[in-house]
Amino acid sequence: MLSGNLLWVLAGASLLGVASGLIGSFAFLQKQSLVGDAAAHAALPGIAISFLIFQQKDLPLLMLGAIITATISVYLIQGIINRSKLKSDAAIGIVLSVFFGAGIVLLTIVNQSSSGNQSGLNDFIFGKAATMAKSDLVWLSGSALIIILTCLTFYKEWKLVIFDTTFAKGIGLPVNLLRFILTAITVLTIVTGIQAVGVILMSAMLIIPAATARIWSDKLVTMIIMSALFGAFSGACGTLISSLKTGLSTGPIIVITASSLFIFSYIFAPKRGLLVKIQQRRKIAKRVLKQEVQAS
Amino acid sequence: MNAIEVSQLSVAYEDNLVLHDINLSVPVGKLVGIIGPNGAGKSTLIKAILNQLPNKTGDVEILGHSLDPKNHLVGYVPQRNAVDWDFPTNALDVVLMGRYGHIGLFNRPKAKDREKAMKCLKSVGMGEFANRSIGQLSGGQQQRVFLARALAQEAEIYFMDEPFVGVDAATELTIINILKELKAKGKTVLVVHHDLQTVNDYFDWTVLLNKTIISSGPTRKIFTKENLQQAYGGKLFFMNEKHNEVLAERGGLNAIR
Repeated sequence: MLSGNLLWVLAGASLLGVASGLIGSFAFLQKQSLVGDAAAHAALPGIAISFLIFQQKDLPLLMLGAIITATISVYLIQGIINRSKLKSDAAIGIVLSVFFGAGIVLLTIVNQSSSGNQSGLNDFIFGKAATMAKSDLVWLSGSALIIILTCLTFYKEWKLVIFDTTFAKGIGLPVNLLRFILTAITVLTIVTGIQAVGVILMSAMLIIPAATARIWSDKLVTMIIMSALFGAFSGACGTLISSLKTGLSTGPIIVITASSLFIFSYIFAPKRGLLVKIQQRRKIAKRVLKQEVQAS
Repeated sequence: MNAIEVSQLSVAYEDNLVLHDINLSVPVGKLVGIIGPNGAGKSTLIKAILNQLPNKTGDVEILGHSLDPKNHLVGYVPQRNAVDWDFPTNALDVVLMGRYGHIGLFNRPKAKDREKAMKCLKSVGMGEFANRSIGQLSGGQQQRVFLARALAQEAEIYFMDEPFVGVDAATELTIINILKELKAKGKTVLVVHHDLQTVNDYFDWTVLLNKTIISSGPTRKIFTKENLQQAYGGKLFFMNEKHNEVLAERGGLNAIR
């Protein structure tokens, strides 16, 4: 039987899945998925610092701390790429590990303090959707709705900015502002999702549904709708499974669900799937053989 | 009034002065070739005129006004490799982007915009590929889609960055015919161009560039051996000295073999 609370949690996880599926598509096409990964890891020290300052597990305050450190990490990555010879992979790797390392250290300090013992901040590492309080879910749903609405509002502009920045500038789009909003909403998505999914695996919620949808579709509208659906399905399934058996974190189950969808799509999708490709290759090989036989 | 009036334009990338002291006037209704060796700053000149570069000094006037995207005076065709052709979208969608400036922020494209986009796509001979995803198009087809997008902008002045690079002969012919049509309609078209052999056939106005303007004016007047030698710094072979026929840039010989 589904309890009332679990229904709430499922609805929240699905909404989160829709939000991260949408924004994940844009991040994926911008080739910024890994920046999202770094930002998610960088949310951890923000959460710990916020707890150390305010000494309470108040979600909005923790989210604020997470937003600050995650945003810093994104701009730090940009700064390193712009001002040094390092490429993005190195910059992302450095920022991700430094912030996550700092987060773990701070979390240990929190856990050793008297008030922190029962804080449950450890749940932010792998996520625990099932234990979320109703007030937390209201926050989650509210910010997921903001994300979804923003994606719908800026769909056309983001599409052009990502596809062809120069052209977008040429027709007078405020490119820098649009990019900033995209980054801000990506950070908001990450921060919204970490309580349910955890900082380590949050980026999977951004990347995998989008990558799966890309296999199925060659059109952006279809891609982001599918990505949203895949995200919702993974979110709901992950939450459901992890709540059935106590002790399972939500994040890993969501990732396993999402990646099962990906593997299925990779093999069976029409047009771009592996099986179709093998079939096509066989057909061509047969035809070539036939022609050669006829020629000889 | 000139189509383009550039005065005292300079562009620097970090410590490098890429363009200096550019003074350029292009009359309305010309088909202009921007010619110069590699690294002469041809693309940079276009981007600077279009106000795409941060480190720029000098003044640019388009049809007597300073550049303002809201006027819809300018259409732009970037180099084909400037975008990711794996992007999930189809040919018609890309052309429709040319209407975005007219549609405005946050508004959805209307049926009228779609019709216009379709018309532009047909005019470059790509009507049947409207729903083809752009990753499946050949290089020449992609270039035509880019041209159609610029046409959909309904501009007065068009800038094209190397539209003939890596395209098939049929596409080159289609493109040059459309450019000549634009010219006939009184539009001004500026094209960054590589192939010296076609300059006389394609362009009635030529800008010779090597970090600064070497010479600019009607093609038959300024497309001379002396000017070319100056622009290319003696790196040119001349096949037929008498007729001033240029064979190729040194080092570019393989391309024509």
